[in-house]
Amino acid sequence: MKTSRRNFIQQTALFTSVFTLGFDWFESKGAAMAIANEPGRFNAFLSIDSTGKIRLYSPNPEIGQGIKTAFPVVVAEELDVDWKQVEVLQANLDTQNFERQLTGGSGALKHSWERLRKAGATVRQMMVKAAANQWKVDASTCKTSKGFVLGPSGQKASYGSLATEAAKIPVPSTVTYKDRKDYKIIGTRVRGVDNQAIVTGKPVFGIDIRKPDMVFAQIVRPPFGATLKSFSADDVKKMPGIIDVVSFKNKVAIVGKSTYEIMQARQNLTCSYGSDAPLESNETHQAWFDAGMKSDKATVQRKDGDFAKAISEAAKVIEATYECPFISHSPMEPMNFFADVKPGSVLLAGPTQVPQPAQKAVATLLGVPENTIQVELTKMGGGFGRRLSNDFALEAAELSSIIKKPVLVMWTREDDMGGGTYRPAVRYHFKAGIDVQGNITAFYLRGVGLNAGNSTRQDNFPVGAIDHVLIESVDQKSAVTTGPWRAPITNFLGFAEQAFLDEVAEAAGKDPIQMRLDLLARVKSNPVGKITYEPDRFAEVIRQVAEKSGWKKKPGVHQGFSVYYSHFSYVAQVAEVQVKNGKPQVTQVTAVTDCGEVVNLSGAENQVKGAIIDGMGHAMFAKLNIQAGVTSPTNFNAYRMIRGNEVPKIDAYFVNNGISPTGLGEPALPPTGGSIANAIYAATKKRFYKQPFY
Amino acid sequence: MAITLTINRKKVSLDIDSNTPLLWALRDHVGLLGTKYGCGIAQCGACTVWVNGEPMRSCVLPISAVGNAQITTIEGLDPAGKHPVQEAWDELDVPQCGYCQAGQIMTAAALLKKNPRPSKQEIIDGMAGNICRCGTYHRIQEAVALAAKKVKK
Repeated sequence: MKTSRRNFIQQTALFTSVFTLGFDWFESKGAAMAIANEPGRFNAFLSIDSTGKIRLYSPNPEIGQGIKTAFPVVVAEELDVDWKQVEVLQANLDTQNFERQLTGGSGALKHSWERLRKAGATVRQMMVKAAANQWKVDASTCKTSKGFVLGPSGQKASYGSLATEAAKIPVPSTVTYKDRKDYKIIGTRVRGVDNQAIVTGKPVFGIDIRKPDMVFAQIVRPPFGATLKSFSADDVKKMPGIIDVVSFKNKVAIVGKSTYEIMQARQNLTCSYGSDAPLESNETHQAWFDAGMKSDKATVQRKDGDFAKAISEAAKVIEATYECPFISHSPMEPMNFFADVKPGSVLLAGPTQVPQPAQKAVATLLGVPENTIQVELTKMGGGFGRRLSNDFALEAAELSSIIKKPVLVMWTREDDMGGGTYRPAVRYHFKAGIDVQGNITAFYLRGVGLNAGNSTRQDNFPVGAIDHVLIESVDQKSAVTTGPWRAPITNFLGFAEQAFLDEVAEAAGKDPIQMRLDLLARVKSNPVGKITYEPDRFAEVIRQVAEKSGWKKKPGVHQGFSVYYSHFSYVAQVAEVQVKNGKPQVTQVTAVTDCGEVVNLSGAENQVKGAIIDGMGHAMFAKLNIQAGVTSPTNFNAYRMIRGNEVPKIDAYFVNNGISPTGLGEPALPPTGGSIANAIYAATKKRFYKQPFY
Repeated sequence: MAITLTINRKKVSLDIDSNTPLLWALRDHVGLLGTKYGCGIAQCGACTVWVNGEPMRSCVLPISAVGNAQITTIEGLDPAGKHPVQEAWDELDVPQCGYCQAGQIMTAAALLKKNPRPSKQEIIDGMAGNICRCGTYHRIQEAVALAAKKVKK
């Protein structure tokens, strides 16, 4: 791959001061100087110092998706070092040297794959060149292995011993990557780099932040849609350990010396709220769904052929309506954030999936330059999309600026579950027309979402395989705050669509797997309009899951199939249900995933199994109610989370075709509700149209 | 009035409200941050510690009720991470986000103390009180079984 020197620097690199290039660029980057002056920092992703210490820097926030392990694996592979040699460090927000320093959209490896390989391979080549120069041999006669350069006559030099000279080598304009058959780390099972810290209880999460002179705070937030009229804090301030009670933006913050003292004092706070419009309830939302379904103002997201004509001519019409409620992300670590706002400098620290937007938003809020705001990244106790909204970081910054103290704002579980930003509530209506041969001739979908934006994915399968298609969406504004929830939109759309196609297959008298394969064959030979997926990769995961699961070959076992494409990856599932004591029990899920190259097999399995359990638990149990702007339930006693005695056996397989990696944090979730619902239907002849199922 | 607790074999004197849950005493006053807050109502198990070797939910246990009991937190299990359960957790790469794992590990280690050779079902039942939002349940169960093998050796 060709690289101009300037591009290389812009993409990945930052060089030590011994390095003789690009210093005008370099000196303009004030914030980067601390890194640049570190001995042996070859580029943003790695340093090798003369003692042989190899440090790999992982820029993206670690939320449990394993990126802090996966990113360095790629760099180490191309650098050609022993994984045991490297130390992995979390990089803080550094907009000068890293791009897309965020966690969301399952996009990190897809975005950074080339950058990571180049960061490693470039330095490997510089090491080889330095050794070749020293030995006065041609670089092409040298090899590398486990952090050493090996010469043609048995010479051997460690990267550490070559580091100083290598840093003087011009950055190569052409980089050669390893052949994947030579991979030693990529594709193996690599344990999480923070495992030791986790199993020994090291303070690595946002909630564990402790800074000098830091105070704690909790914030009482208004019902959705309400404004704070007044509050009485006299009885709060008298309580032990309470430092201050302040109000901003309809919220009341209680500042104190310790969590329990604040929790106690908080019980004495009385707030009075008002609202201009009636506060929303479940009934409001049902009325909005009804209206949205009848509305003549829907946005047409996709139109192929003439749906109205085709459906009127269909031999058979199948229709179904699906609906899901608002749900909470409920990461095990509730929201929290630290801020220390001082004149001239701001320190933010904590769990956010998007540190750069936090920096920007706080700069705007406080009216200070972005480059005066430092953002430290902590490990996150889950996020599932909740930490894409920086409301918690803004609150902490605003509170610190008011009280002029470093403060850790802690959300209780009740605050976390009651405070948004939820998976939007959505209702879908599907309609399909089939001809006398059982072919789908017409397909319709309308999505009505509450703060959901476009609640459809109009270019996704089965679109592209059907001549007459109409896809519409209605977005109804709500005071209930929403945001992305793991596999946004598709976490429910995937279920609804896959459950609907199961009904269509049954009505058409077709095997649900064969029906998908027939549709994909149609897409391949003669696609209708724009498609976003590759029919061959789609079909391959389907074929493999049929084989691995023993589709329709297990007597007494009821199977359900689903497949979904999201975040550039393909996941096909077969769920199995057995009826025990008259009750359907999900006993197994077999999943085949095409996410391109599997970087860390252990992490990949974790993501697939975790996403399936996540999808299953929330499809079966999760529901929030809204009454007069207030959410219930607000804790795990009534908001049921799936537990370890409720999970089926899961077999996770990967196509692992060597194509550059695509997303894996989310794609196994969208098909899950469908495979399970379809298997339960096979066992009980009962279809689910609403989540939660139970 | 000061209360003296024995935490990880050390005596610690705290001059705080005796109703303070052990969780918050550990985190805010003793400075042991490994024990985690998840729900505050004994539903999720993230705050599990040992009191005289018994797994307890520290979020609902006032320090006044602890008395002279021996408290063991994740930091006290084996600071070097060599307890069979800790080793099994690493070997099988159990953690995803890792937040619930201190509570899972303390529950698992207590389970194995009582029942060194648990059946598969006993492991499933014994660990069912701890929520893992990332869904690491299979590996948790496999790691408990692996740790049991290590203990047997």
